[in-house]
Amino acid sequence: MISYFQNYVTVGAVLSFGLFFMMLLVGLASVLRPNKPYAEKLTTYECGVDPVGSGWSQTYVRYYIFGLLFVIFDVEAVFIFPWAINLEKLGYFGLIEMFIFIFILLIGLIYAIRKDVLKWE
Amino acid sequence: MTDVLIKVGFVALAALNGAVIFTIMDVKGASWMQRRPGPLHVGLRGFIFPLAEILKFVQKEDIIPTDVDRPVFKWAPAYVVVSAVSLFAVVPLSPTLVVVDLELGVFFALAISSLSTIGVLTAGWSSANKYSLMGGLRAAGQLIAYELPLILAVVGVVIQAETMSLVGIVEKQIEWGVPFAFSGQIVAFLIFMIAATAEMMRVPFDMPIGESELTMGFMTEYSGIRFLIFYISEYMSMFVLCAVASTLFLGGYHLPFIPTEWVNIYGPISLITKTLILGFILVAVRWSFPRFREDQLQNLAWKFLIPASLLNILITAVLKVVL
Repeated sequence: MISYFQNYVTVGAVLSFGLFFMMLLVGLASVLRPNKPYAEKLTTYECGVDPVGSGWSQTYVRYYIFGLLFVIFDVEAVFIFPWAINLEKLGYFGLIEMFIFIFILLIGLIYAIRKDVLKWE
Repeated sequence: MTDVLIKVGFVALAALNGAVIFTIMDVKGASWMQRRPGPLHVGLRGFIFPLAEILKFVQKEDIIPTDVDRPVFKWAPAYVVVSAVSLFAVVPLSPTLVVVDLELGVFFALAISSLSTIGVLTAGWSSANKYSLMGGLRAAGQLIAYELPLILAVVGVVIQAETMSLVGIVEKQIEWGVPFAFSGQIVAFLIFMIAATAEMMRVPFDMPIGESELTMGFMTEYSGIRFLIFYISEYMSMFVLCAVASTLFLGGYHLPFIPTEWVNIYGPISLITKTLILGFILVAVRWSFPRFREDQLQNLAWKFLIPASLLNILITAVLKVVL
């Protein structure tokens, strides 16, 4: 049990190294770089022309369906991994269960494709 | 404590060297394949130019436009670099030379690699720029679409290996005598490499940062050091995903015909060689293929790669249970 937590302490240390690395570079740069901001330099980039409207303009929310499908398949992965490890023990029972599970998911995907919601235009 | 510090130091060295080596390979590969001059003037025939690049970016002004959402904009690169660096923790160089051999190794790697999606999306959104917004949304759409084949391709390997620990997976391949890529998982290997290329947003999947229409996509407003962080972490994740792919599918640190007592010596060399070969293939693909259109890219993921990887899972499972 102790070594289990020690593993994750190391993982935490590596994660915080990533943050530290970024802060180190940013800190180093803030010492070395020049800093002469003025209004024109700080405008939003739009090919050198004055920006039109706000940058947070409205966009088509086709991502909603993609996001939803992603969540479905990603949650599916959480169920599949434990099954994949224990497949030898589960035998034919597990195999048929997973066939039904993946079959239902595939039907869902085919339905989405036939409904043209996955068309990106 | 010192133990943890040594491990973190090892990750730091591996991550930085990996990024530098792959930068050189990418640019030199470009000049070689497209008969362009390439970097030649910065010392040693241009081979130390990544260091010059870092020095250049460190001295550049960090412009933060007035319209941006400042805290979000400033911290967006952190997600990307943390996700790239922490992947190095689970890749084994030999059964004992590994930072952490997690029981959930593969699962951890997949989970942590999807963290970069958040960084890309927040970078695109917080920039308050139309190019960035478009690029960020495209990138998010692409990353989530290719996340799924990446995960599902690995399930086939997990079925064959019956474990999620990366060391365990390599040991299983040694037991089989053949790496998984050549014993039933060749489809999964191809799907994994395609999806990994898309996750790195490299050509031919670089629609989110297509410079001819979106300037630089979600990185448009970034300059100086924060741009460098995005740039470095792209090459870090390229290196580490190639290393993960060679561990999962190509036998990792194992070399046939050599006594396994010497694994601490030949293990790192073997793994790095395999990583470099995979990386070279990615470089060759980058400089030979045109860019996919956005809808082609989404269709490839949803209508081809995801069904193919689901079928791969089913076939692997049938073979596992029946044989």
